[in-house]
Amino acid sequence: MPQLFKYINKISLILASFFIGASAVAEELPRFNMRYGVTPVSHDIYDLHMTVFWIMVLIGLIVFGIMFYASFKYRKAKGAVAAKFHENTKLEIVLLIIPFIILVAMAVPATKVLMRLDNADDSSVTIKVTGYQWRWEYEYLDNGIKFFSDLSTPQEQIENLAPKGKWYLLEVNHELVVPTNEKIRFLITSNDVIHSWWVPALGVKKDAVPGFMHEAWAKIEKPGTYRGQCAELCGANHGFMPIVVKAVTPANYKKWVAKELKEQNKGAK
Amino acid sequence: MKNQNKSKKTIIITIIAVFLMFGFGFALVPIYDVFCDLTGLNGKTSNEISTEVSSVDKSRTITVEFVSTLNDGMPWIFKPNVFKVKLHPGEMKRVSFYAKNLSNKTITGQAIPSVSPGNAAKYLRKTECFCFNQQVLKPGEEIDMPIIFHVDRDLPKDINTITLSYTMFDAGAFPRADIERQGKIT
Amino acid sequence: MSEMAMGKQSFLAHLRAFVVRWVFSTNHKDIGTLYLWFSVIMFFVGGVLALLFRAELFAPGLQFMQPDFFNQLITMHGLVMVFGAVMPAFVGLANWMIPLMIGAPDMAMPRMNNLSFWILPFAFGILISTFFLDGPAPNFGWTFYAPLSTTYGPESTDYLIFAVHLMGISSIMGAINVIATILNMRAPGMKMMKMPIFCWTWLITAFLLIAVMPVLAGAVTMMLMDRHFGTSFFNAAGGGDPLLFQHVFWFFGHPEVYIMILPAFGIISHVIPTFSRKKLFGYKAMVYATAVIAFLSFIVWAHHMFVSGIPLGAELFFMYTTMLIAVPTGVKVFNWVLTMFKGSLSFEAPMLFAVAFVFLFTIGGFSGVMLSIVPADYQYHDTYFVVAHFHYVLVPGAIFSIFAGAYYWYPKWIGRMYNEKLAKWHFWLSAVFVNVTFFPMHFVGLAGMPRRIPDYALQFADFNMIASIGAAVFGLAQLLFLWNMIASYWKGKKVTENRPWEGAVGLEWTVPCPAPHHTFATPPVVKDEELQC
Repeated sequence: MPQLFKYINKISLILASFFIGASAVAEELPRFNMRYGVTPVSHDIYDLHMTVFWIMVLIGLIVFGIMFYASFKYRKAKGAVAAKFHENTKLEIVLLIIPFIILVAMAVPATKVLMRLDNADDSSVTIKVTGYQWRWEYEYLDNGIKFFSDLSTPQEQIENLAPKGKWYLLEVNHELVVPTNEKIRFLITSNDVIHSWWVPALGVKKDAVPGFMHEAWAKIEKPGTYRGQCAELCGANHGFMPIVVKAVTPANYKKWVAKELKEQNKGAK
Repeated sequence: MKNQNKSKKTIIITIIAVFLMFGFGFALVPIYDVFCDLTGLNGKTSNEISTEVSSVDKSRTITVEFVSTLNDGMPWIFKPNVFKVKLHPGEMKRVSFYAKNLSNKTITGQAIPSVSPGNAAKYLRKTECFCFNQQVLKPGEEIDMPIIFHVDRDLPKDINTITLSYTMFDAGAFPRADIERQGKIT
Repeated sequence: MSEMAMGKQSFLAHLRAFVVRWVFSTNHKDIGTLYLWFSVIMFFVGGVLALLFRAELFAPGLQFMQPDFFNQLITMHGLVMVFGAVMPAFVGLANWMIPLMIGAPDMAMPRMNNLSFWILPFAFGILISTFFLDGPAPNFGWTFYAPLSTTYGPESTDYLIFAVHLMGISSIMGAINVIATILNMRAPGMKMMKMPIFCWTWLITAFLLIAVMPVLAGAVTMMLMDRHFGTSFFNAAGGGDPLLFQHVFWFFGHPEVYIMILPAFGIISHVIPTFSRKKLFGYKAMVYATAVIAFLSFIVWAHHMFVSGIPLGAELFFMYTTMLIAVPTGVKVFNWVLTMFKGSLSFEAPMLFAVAFVFLFTIGGFSGVMLSIVPADYQYHDTYFVVAHFHYVLVPGAIFSIFAGAYYWYPKWIGRMYNEKLAKWHFWLSAVFVNVTFFPMHFVGLAGMPRRIPDYALQFADFNMIASIGAAVFGLAQLLFLWNMIASYWKGKKVTENRPWEGAVGLEWTVPCPAPHHTFATPPVVKDEELQC
């Protein structure tokens, strides 16, 4: 009997999670589309994404329009008699050139954006991000702050023994704190297997490869908490190593650094 | 009969093609290395000792940062003695990394360099580097490991900061993950 | 007593005849049938694996399994579906249809044909046995990226390596056979540029197989050496590079994607003209487009690696080449639509699947173009958006084309018609629920859900639930297909004429239904009206 209650409890907790998901989280996060993000890069990416998306929708409407028109118009049941044509070189060349032009039209802005986001130089904060099975380590190279960032969702929530919190699986014990409006450079590497550091709102995703250093950058426009996850299968707990970035004003960032250094030194002694 | 002879020829050619492609798979390894050297892909630096000396370009100042990482299960301390230096292209610099073996057995370490941004890799020239050799440290032994380098004058204008990163691997044992670590949530 | 002995004897004789026919068979039709049955079985095995992890993903939280087991399921699902279901199905169709289409008595090398099939059950036996051994089954995704699969791989990785070697040998032998058959055994008058388009797409596929399966074999051999013989191809500690693995793998992997779709293009290019009662529009353009796609597939591989730290120049190169693929693929889609245009259309099951193919495969193509845009790919990469993309090109793409082909050629194989009503049910359930399953994945992917995770944040809960329901119904709908294929063998309406489909052209429709065990012992005369152009 207690076993039964346990199951009922479990199931009701699972069902409850749908409501939390649908209501509380939905207000802040897009549910159907990519988010606009908080960095110039993420805006560029979003605009590019939407441009290409609408071009695809347009092509789709035309092609599928013709196809469904033909499917209804030329039915044998309606007495349609097959035409004899099966070649038209001119038409085929046109159908070769039009897609090509459309592709060039998409490639130009894509190239521009890519060039813009390639250079991580002249940053004011450098943070080394190291992937571990299964957590992230952050090291501020300018001031020596260094800590691990672990998943803080309790095991009971994962096993459906407790109600799930709002940020289920997207919360950590030690957030990465960064200043707004400053260029932050991330140096990304790994301690064991390949991971991938991804924060959608920042428009940053980069693989963390053991033995190699990759870089990415972000300039966050407004304070807030931005959440992401590891994006490369890295073993059993790949789904349980979230990333939480807390962007604060430069003044608050300075305060945080001072406080953090103090605590770190205390810990060292 | 004619068909069979033709088939035989086709088969021989395709089988040769299969073996060639199998070889090509392995040939990708050196091809990839050449490609990396040319493009600085992955930030691999050349393992060759640089001997050329170029004149110093005083008009530019480059920041070179040093970063260290210990690979999985390496019981060492490993860190740069200075975090960053400023220098002019063409100017020789000597810096050093510190390492200490914290375990109670002798461990051989191999440092693997990586440069970020990747396209700066070929402009970072090392005259001496501890990564050219393996490091053998006895229990508790510590060591300062030098690196002498310069930045080539041809470094692209849009690069002002170069990060040189070393990951220290255990060269003796390639660790095999133990079964226990898998399948459990930590 | 003697009666029993007689009964036993005749049973043994039957058994012996059965074994001789199916195990030692060198007949292209029998081997084709074996391939198709193998593929059906693997399709259901892979499907059950998918339903298991979709059940886990039905709701947030860990309900049924540990994360590592989840990873084992997704790995095996990918491998079984790619190498066990889709590829053998196409090889089976090639075996059955290519000799019939070109007027050849059999494949060029019947005995090798037998061997290349019989390797497969052993390869998959080895692969699937890892579930029942001590320690985890391969758990690093079907792409088995190093170092997760080398330094950190479970013991069973060696089984995977051996199985992949076997599958590779099987595919290569199949490909050699197809090439030799098509190049040398065409009936007089069957010129290359007059050949049925399915043979063309398969010929090009076979060349792709010859080119890339050995590279895959090389990749897994390097893995084996890294794991056991102290080399470090993929280990940075010894001067190797984990990214090298990705380059080698995707040099195989991208052409592999086209290996799974080009024969599908071929099937669709037969089904649409037949049910439009009109010749295929732009035969030559179709052949050239196929060849161009095959060529491009060799120079796009790094688009799978845009976030793995490749330099800007390489990103641009691979973005442009990837976008270029849209041009020949577009040619194909336009030509199918133009074939239907001003035709005399009827919508039997094969045509329904073909039209759904054009529609849904093209949607997969659209998301493919989106994925090729490097900056946007930074956000799409390794999310459910990618999962949605490749399932759109593989399920309503490759798999639907196989259904279309199976219904289309069923009367030729069996001599009886499949049950049209049941087939229509199968179609509508599949077509609707394939979208219920995979369309929401676009949304969760864009909203930020990474792929290959056993548990997810609450914001993704509703769409995952919808996808899981869709997967369950889609999976069950496939039982209708299985039932239709089996039951119609006895109960289907007998087909008496050679050409049960009014608009069908090709030599395969000049032989009786069912096709006799041996056909075209003497080469047929190829008449113009049996050609596609």
